[in-house]
Amino acid sequence: MKLVGFFLLLAGWAIVLAALGVIGSGVPLTAFVLSGTGVEILGLALVIRSHLVRRHEDGA
Amino acid sequence: MPAPALPETTSILCVFLILLVPLAVAGLALINTGLGRSHGAAHMMLASLCVFAVAGGVYFLCGFAWQGYIGMPAHSVAVSGKPWNWIGAQPFLLLHLELNGSASSLAVMLQIFSVALAALIPLGAGIDRWRLAAICSSTALLAGWTYPVFAHWVWGGGWLAQLGVNYGLGHGFVDAGGASSIQVLGGLTALAIAWILGPRRGKYSTEGMPNAIPGHNAVLVMLGCLLVLMGWLGLNSAGAILFTGSQPGQTVLIAINTTLAAASAGMAAALITRLQFGRPDVSLTANGWVSGLVASSAACAFIAPVEAVLIGIVGGALTTLSVEWFELRLGVDDPGGAISVHAVSGLWGLLAVGLFADLPTRVLNVAGAPAERGNAGQWLAQVVGIATLLGFVFPLTYGLNLALNLVCPHRVVAEGERQGLDLYELGAGAYPEFVTHTEEFTQR
Repeated sequence: MKLVGFFLLLAGWAIVLAALGVIGSGVPLTAFVLSGTGVEILGLALVIRSHLVRRHEDGA
Repeated sequence: MPAPALPETTSILCVFLILLVPLAVAGLALINTGLGRSHGAAHMMLASLCVFAVAGGVYFLCGFAWQGYIGMPAHSVAVSGKPWNWIGAQPFLLLHLELNGSASSLAVMLQIFSVALAALIPLGAGIDRWRLAAICSSTALLAGWTYPVFAHWVWGGGWLAQLGVNYGLGHGFVDAGGASSIQVLGGLTALAIAWILGPRRGKYSTEGMPNAIPGHNAVLVMLGCLLVLMGWLGLNSAGAILFTGSQPGQTVLIAINTTLAAASAGMAAALITRLQFGRPDVSLTANGWVSGLVASSAACAFIAPVEAVLIGIVGGALTTLSVEWFELRLGVDDPGGAISVHAVSGLWGLLAVGLFADLPTRVLNVAGAPAERGNAGQWLAQVVGIATLLGFVFPLTYGLNLALNLVCPHRVVAEGERQGLDLYELGAGAYPEFVTHTEEFTQR
């Protein structure tokens, strides 16, 4: 789960970079940048969740 | 393109302001020490000194070579016909750099202190269980790679600063005082360290409920808060002049905004803890104070005092609530509150630039004198910067520290944690003439 989370963090950043490189300006740029950031937040949530699960498995 | 020249009076003012910045380092060291246990106080102060030394040395060795400064040689790639400046191309060891009061030399002077400040932040998350050797190694990675690369993008005329010129996003990513490259970068590294280290022994019960392990010296913490304010006045003012082209006269506005943000954040934290617990909490109020400084850093030169108060109040509230969230809900043991104070509040400060800042028509954060630009799209440039911190800097710093953990374990062994890092790693305590209380917090 942690690896998937970090993959989503990087993928979200890649979406932001790709939006800048390919779209360049306007409403679609805004939409893609916000989407990329959303993917990052999802990734961060997964990384957090993976640490919570590990803590419960460790018993504290 | 040559680096922008500064008038002599501006250079002198900058030198004075930069000389205040080590006070922020000293203040943060005192805060971290006061929030830790008494049997790790000498270790924390020594670790802070080592961090300062290693960060400065590594930055001198190779950090500035990667970071560079606005208008200095850098490597670029063309993306859809637009140049993306991605890393500096300076020689190592500051060779061929004239240290004569020019803007680039003042930037080096400021950066040697700034990188130490950034590297000191994770110490707050690793209190009482982070080995000295691992601290020094982690600092070298931060000062030699993570910090210079990101700081180049923001302060060296890199692609984040170019977002305005290349894509019409306001003035590009703007961060006058280092909310991103110093605070959030340090705060995210603190999160990575806290996760890798795990909580202190006895912090959580077998049911997962956190136990309170109070800091040993509130006086050190409060003295640290006052010193940190002095350092931040220099950091925000010198950063605004060197990295956004602010005029020396704006130092008055920056000082007022910085102080108001700290004061309002501290009061917000005191009020919230008063409502929560029936009396103000010392450590959370101190955290709130510093979080106000952090939140003010990015926008300090471009907001009105009333907006600084608002930014401070939100920063203080966010920090107070997120400290509890990290400890209770996420099980992250961060004794110094470094993640909430520096990462959470820093991210809010960066967003606040897009929401409140009234930027001048020219912000000198890229090479040459850019054409006059408006504020349209500024918030999106700030979001791109935040996305870069979360999507690039955090995985990078987590990965580097995880790899380091394989060759140089971060966490001290259980016996060392029971004895205290002072005795275990240094052989003597900070307070040898005092008999300290028994180990009621640590599981045997």
